[in-house]
Amino acid sequence: MVASRAIGSLSRFTASRTLRCPGYISRNFSGSSALLTRTHINYGVKGDVAVVRINSPNSKVNTLNRELQSEFMEVMNEIWASDQVRSAVLISAKPGCFIAGADINMLASCKSVEEVTRISQEGQRMFEKLEKSTKPIVAAISGSCLGGGLELAISCQYRIATKDKKTVLGAPEVLLGILPGAGGTQRLPKMVGVPAAFDMMLTGRNIRADRAKKMGLVDQLVEPLGPGLKPSEERTIEYLEEVAVTFAKELSDKKLSPKRDKGLVEKLMSYAMSIPFVRQQIYKKVEEKVRKQTKGLYPAPLKIIDVVKTGIEQGNDAGYLSESQKFGELAMSKESKALIGLYHGQVLCKKNKFGAPQKDVKHLAILGAGLMGAGIAQVSVDKGLKTILKDATLAGLGRGQQQVFKGLNDKVKKKALTSFERDSIFSNLTGQLDYQGFEKADMVIEAVFEDLNLKHRVLKEVEAVIPDHCIFASNTSALPINQIAAVSKRPEKVIGMHYFSPVDKMQLLEIITTEKTSKDTTASAVAVGLKQGKVIIVVKDGPGFYTTRCLAPMMSEVLRILQEGVDPKKLDSLTTSFGFPVGAATLVDEVGVDVAKHVAEDLGKAFGERFEGGSLELLKQMVSRGFLGRKSGKGFYVYQEGVKNKSLNSDMDGILASLKVPPKSDVCSDEDIQYRLVTRFVNEAVMCLQEGILATPAEGDIGAVFGLGFPPCLGGPFRYVDLYGAQKILDRLRRYEAAYGKQFTPCQLLTDHANSPSKKFYQ
Amino acid sequence: MTSILTSMFKNLPSTSKWALRFSLRPLSCSSQLRAAPAVQTKSKKTLAKPNIRNIVVVDGVRIPFLQSGTSYKELMPHDLARAALVGLLHRTSVPKDVVDYIIFGTVIQEVKTSNVAREAALGAGFSDKTPAHTVTMACISANQAMTTGVGLIASGQCDVVVAGGVELMSDVPIRHSRKMRKMMLDLNKAKTLGQRLSLLSKFRLNFLSPELPAVAEFSTSETMGHSADRLAAAFAVSRLDQDEYALRSHSLAKKAQDEGLLSDVVPFKVPGKDTVTKDNGIRPSSLEQMAKLKPAFIKPYGTVTAANSSFLTDGASAMLIMAEEKALAMGYKPKAYLRDFVYVSQDPKDQLLLGPTYATPKVLEKAGLTMTDIDAFEFHEAFSGQILANFKAMDSDWFAQNYMGRKTKVGAPPLEKFNNWGGSLSLGHPFGATGCRLVMAAANRLRKEGGQYGLVAACAAGGQGHAMIVEVYPK
Repeated sequence: MVASRAIGSLSRFTASRTLRCPGYISRNFSGSSALLTRTHINYGVKGDVAVVRINSPNSKVNTLNRELQSEFMEVMNEIWASDQVRSAVLISAKPGCFIAGADINMLASCKSVEEVTRISQEGQRMFEKLEKSTKPIVAAISGSCLGGGLELAISCQYRIATKDKKTVLGAPEVLLGILPGAGGTQRLPKMVGVPAAFDMMLTGRNIRADRAKKMGLVDQLVEPLGPGLKPSEERTIEYLEEVAVTFAKELSDKKLSPKRDKGLVEKLMSYAMSIPFVRQQIYKKVEEKVRKQTKGLYPAPLKIIDVVKTGIEQGNDAGYLSESQKFGELAMSKESKALIGLYHGQVLCKKNKFGAPQKDVKHLAILGAGLMGAGIAQVSVDKGLKTILKDATLAGLGRGQQQVFKGLNDKVKKKALTSFERDSIFSNLTGQLDYQGFEKADMVIEAVFEDLNLKHRVLKEVEAVIPDHCIFASNTSALPINQIAAVSKRPEKVIGMHYFSPVDKMQLLEIITTEKTSKDTTASAVAVGLKQGKVIIVVKDGPGFYTTRCLAPMMSEVLRILQEGVDPKKLDSLTTSFGFPVGAATLVDEVGVDVAKHVAEDLGKAFGERFEGGSLELLKQMVSRGFLGRKSGKGFYVYQEGVKNKSLNSDMDGILASLKVPPKSDVCSDEDIQYRLVTRFVNEAVMCLQEGILATPAEGDIGAVFGLGFPPCLGGPFRYVDLYGAQKILDRLRRYEAAYGKQFTPCQLLTDHANSPSKKFYQ
Repeated sequence: MTSILTSMFKNLPSTSKWALRFSLRPLSCSSQLRAAPAVQTKSKKTLAKPNIRNIVVVDGVRIPFLQSGTSYKELMPHDLARAALVGLLHRTSVPKDVVDYIIFGTVIQEVKTSNVAREAALGAGFSDKTPAHTVTMACISANQAMTTGVGLIASGQCDVVVAGGVELMSDVPIRHSRKMRKMMLDLNKAKTLGQRLSLLSKFRLNFLSPELPAVAEFSTSETMGHSADRLAAAFAVSRLDQDEYALRSHSLAKKAQDEGLLSDVVPFKVPGKDTVTKDNGIRPSSLEQMAKLKPAFIKPYGTVTAANSSFLTDGASAMLIMAEEKALAMGYKPKAYLRDFVYVSQDPKDQLLLGPTYATPKVLEKAGLTMTDIDAFEFHEAFSGQILANFKAMDSDWFAQNYMGRKTKVGAPPLEKFNNWGGSLSLGHPFGATGCRLVMAAANRLRKEGGQYGLVAACAAGGQGHAMIVEVYPK
């Protein structure tokens, strides 16, 4: 299914950015007796250069928290006071991470806007001291330098970065619904220019070191080294430090100026930016674009624009003040809490809670080279898995192989891969029509057509050729896994792996376990999914599992709304303005009308009345007319190659007219239409938790947002209930129940939450 | 003097031979040997193997190695190769018709003479009945030519093989762009004027931008100098160490040239120019001068400069290899045996130039020798930093254990036995031809300085490497 750009960009957080390790707090207590030994920072002096090494204990990453900040200022004060020291180098002792950002929990523990504002002001003051340092400070950056880490780096006089894939710079605050609150909004525009600064702060994108050098964000690059007399990573950091020390010396000896030579384009740009009219136009354009993309649902980007503008137009003091205040406001906003919740959920779903599998999957086989099969193959081969892609026909296989190649080649075009890397990755894929080599497979994922008999046939065929330990995973969006496993000789090795299309773009993987699936099988499936770069939820088997089951009642409501005479365009705009990345009618077209019909019939049978609403006849007629959605060129809309603005399919008018039902006047306002869709979704999600399909609310939120495009600003169905109140949702459901009946009957768990307001899904 | 003595002892009964020989060595050799245990014995007295033919180098020559763009700049690669072949014929007086096969190594191929071995051989007057082929394996192409010859002789297919190598960096094939080539090829096929015009109408100015031969490693897109700089940094080799090593290479080469030790060089009368008699890249400078140079690859703080790298060179070499019995039957007094050899390969990104480190212990093991058995080391010097990084890698247990799967280090070669007559940094490095120079230098050094075993090793683009044991032929 389709995901929004906003969700996609959340993917840039990696699981390694865990923000604080649990062992940390205890350390504060136990360590207090030895206050003088610093835990986060140590420093030494090389000649007249102080080398400050940041190394937060018991964690893979460094985060700017209170302890680190105070130790850091202590050290800097010593450096500034020392006669021996003439310059300083800041470096992390951790390979792969300079500073990953500020400690999110530090914000979460704040109770008021003012409290957060104060934190921001402390940060601003600290970095201002660095900026005004008379002894030059060189930031030596290796690994992620994000958020607060970036703000620290740009306060220094000089920046040197390792030119490797792990070294990225960025201001991802916007993805958490906040803004760079320690001077970043003020310094970044001066450093890289207003347009580039907006781009960084509004998209939160990670910038690789070589790009950062071109932008003027870093001054020098250091090449990563191979192994020498020490492991590669260790020696690279050492080398970075050596190079940084020589630059620090040159800076303090005035042999080198920290001022960068600007190119002609940059000079022209900064000249243009000195004209107030040009600046106003830029603010206006950027704001228009942001409003269009966010539908006004996300306050952070607009405030970022505002703060940058204040700083440039009214000077530093006003800028810093505005930055800290807006930072406080945003940190307390529901949107930010929702986005931060998603971030935590994502970190959780990037871990394998089932432990390490007994046997690593090294050889993977995929049955069916369709869109899904080839997509799964693509995300597997580029992680180094030896993958067999099997199809029944040479034409089908060829199409699938081409899809994988194209996916990789697109990365070459974007310079994310070299053509040589593409070729060697592509060599991990074997395309074939027979079962040769399946005797070595550790896991088989079937992605054949959604037909139980077919799935049974391939399961039996495969079980005849695979080794005993091999796992059979079924990629299905609705067929219950226990039904598929019914013909298996070893049902403990059968599991569901529900990928979302397009597989290389969609981050979610829904893993479905039956009563019989063994824990090791689950662990193995999760391990493969994680290797493929997926965010994983593990759910229990049942009709529609979790994701499809939540979507079905909402889709049923979509049909009813269309029957009530709302045209697809209007419906799309209502859903997107609520925060869904794709309009509801478009979604049906994208999924495929035949697929939607198939699922609706199956789930309708399984769940009965609750899944009713619109008439299935609508989908049936569409299928019979060949309106299958995007894939057939016509659905609710007409799709033409190269035409961007799709128009409505006028042939649908007749079908819709013939199935028209009168709207119920008290529940058909625009807002009601939106809530009829959302409340059915939320109610079903909560019911999945109630029935134990879902293990945790966090997985429910991640599944809904990353798989189905539930509005990220609401944080997922469970976070939404927590933040906006179960009672309000319950009230709406009751009102719609009165109009339409059982389809809107709130489930027990939701009622419980409404009855006792202290009950929260997230404590 | 010593060498005469040592070789005399070879004829003594073997019980006393080694002890005597080693008691003499300290007279001629270095402090390190004096510090070593007084009695050292070779772990093997010869590397001859039962039932395997002994293969000998009768002799080998090379034309002077010149910096590219100098006297050879008007010539073509086969001209240089031909000159080397003619020089070899002259030096060895081998009857042309006894040569069974000719193999040459080359790297940058001149498209007109893609089998440069054949063109050169025909021109040099070899029989047109003697087949020839060309091999390529980057900087170890000539080594590959020699070992291919060794294989042909050892397997009984041939008795006499000429192996050599050639490189002309003064001229390299620069191609039209792919788009232009495609258009030209399509034009060839176009039948009507209309078709031709419609093809021509698709012409764009950017079709004319030329395509240069790749200087970068194909798999990693990194140039070799860049990789060398990273390698030197990975092993913490300082700029000063690199400059000192380069200075040593140039000084030793100068000394060897002045003393007439580079006896493999044959003069070459270049058409229209003076006769070239010696290598022209040897330029001993001072450390101060060298320190002034800016880094050539990693700017502004790298350590590899023009002065501590090998330079682009034109040159060719050739060597006459025979089965021992054939050589003796023809009345030759061979110079050396070609013994065990290995090829290795490793990560082309971070270990591009570490071939010698991997190859040395392997070839020693294969031959049943130890480092102390080796009397002359001849390593290809691509960059000072590369040589010094290899020394450090060879001298590191950590590296041996973690990257080479060995229990212990092999140890770095003692400097006093290492490239004593200069190396690629000073003599020059025509890619395809260097291998034969290394083997001849080892053989000639063993004969001159005394000693029995030489070890030749080289790194090559693609992350490959080679090493071979050369055993002096008893006088």
